[in-house]
Amino acid sequence: MKTLLDHNQLNITLQRLAHQLIENHLHFENTALIGIQPRGVLLSDRIATLVKKITKQKNIDYGKLDITFYRDDLHTNELHVPRKTDIEFSIEGRNVVLIDDVLHTGRTIRSAMDALIDFGRPKSVELLVLIDRRFSRELPVQPDYIGHTVDTIMTQKVKVYWQEQDKKDEVVLID
Amino acid sequence: MSLSVKHLLGIKELQPADIQTIFRTADNFKQVLQRPIKKVPTLRDTTIANIFFENSTRTRISFELAEKRLSADVVNFSASGSSVSKGETLIDTVNNILAMKVDMVVMRHSASGAPWFLSQHVDASIINAGDGVNEHPTQALLDSFSMKEELIKKGYKGDLKGKRVAIIGDIMHSRVALSNIFCLKKLGAEVMVSGPPTLIPKHIHDLGVKVEYNVKKALMWCDIANVLRIQLERQNKPLFSTLREYALFYGINKQMLDGLQKDIIIMHPGPINRGVEISSDVADSEQSIILDQVENGVAIRMAVIYLLSGKRDLEA
Repeated sequence: MKTLLDHNQLNITLQRLAHQLIENHLHFENTALIGIQPRGVLLSDRIATLVKKITKQKNIDYGKLDITFYRDDLHTNELHVPRKTDIEFSIEGRNVVLIDDVLHTGRTIRSAMDALIDFGRPKSVELLVLIDRRFSRELPVQPDYIGHTVDTIMTQKVKVYWQEQDKKDEVVLID
Repeated sequence: MSLSVKHLLGIKELQPADIQTIFRTADNFKQVLQRPIKKVPTLRDTTIANIFFENSTRTRISFELAEKRLSADVVNFSASGSSVSKGETLIDTVNNILAMKVDMVVMRHSASGAPWFLSQHVDASIINAGDGVNEHPTQALLDSFSMKEELIKKGYKGDLKGKRVAIIGDIMHSRVALSNIFCLKKLGAEVMVSGPPTLIPKHIHDLGVKVEYNVKKALMWCDIANVLRIQLERQNKPLFSTLREYALFYGINKQMLDGLQKDIIIMHPGPINRGVEISSDVADSEQSIILDQVENGVAIRMAVIYLLSGKRDLEA
């Protein structure tokens, strides 16, 4: 097991990601943040809080998206527990930033885009991830905002721990 | 996350944890049904046959909608106008349908145990949509789900433990009653059955339910009353003298409810015989959640179909 980001590094990275978002979206008038259930939401909660704090904007649209019913591994893997989808605003014509903790094969993001489009036609969709496991993609998906890039092989696992749920902020690589 | 069973033949075979899993999943599907696009692509590779050997409006439409909302392909079959009238056996009929690459069968049959019999002979998952006087599992699931939901609306915890549910009417001929008893007991509720002695099976208290022949007393006892339809089509011999007499002694009207000094929840699985087991002013009252039951039916059936269509042997 190897630590990829410790508490301090993780929080510096989150700060940078929040600033990069603000650089591109400034006042977030036409932008919505959407975290992917379940683990992406822990990241997006942090990012949304940081963005609100830095921009001093209170009304940034922020939602959560569950992709269970859009997965492509229904008959090959165990069924996943569905979580709540919570998008209280229209995404029609908006710039949507999808947020997930780890980008691996790209299949989750494929499902997320399908799920998202059932809510309307966004003007654009961007992707923010904390960890990009490059070289393990099975679909042509590239993130727009990357916290940290790692080279991994299929058998390894990347685990992101969050204070809120796991009592620590840390990203580790498990062999 | 999966169910402990391959088929949904009855509530009897389910674990309490299965019921909770179905409810949790149904919550999510209910959310899907409130979106502008009420459809998910989950089962786009699945074909489901709805085989109905007995009449049905609600259940069939509800199953069909649930399947379509999950993007499954659907074939419908009803006994009238089919080869059944030419003398084909049940297994032959179903095997012929399965030969056309159908993955799941939803079946209603007038013979108790028919879905169980079928499950012994075919590979596809079977969902029982009502068999004779045995079980109607999805109805019981949507009933309990609706009870939970209404209790939460009223500010209670969504827990049926210790809640008092009276099932009133034709218990003898009702598969809804039996499935409801199993389901409610597994969720920890107290159950009472009430109706004329001729319509209550003799040894029903062995299932752990109370028996009360006076409907008024049953209403006073309960928090929730599930009123069942008088099933005239299943009665070979007269079990009460006239419908009017039944309505007079066992029918539920507004006056009775107003005399209770508490607000109980009124349910009915439909179709309603208005003015017989329940009067119109009760069926259409604020206390009645009859249409919520119908609405929840689709989400519950989506959950059951989804949970039964999990891991599949792709080689086969």
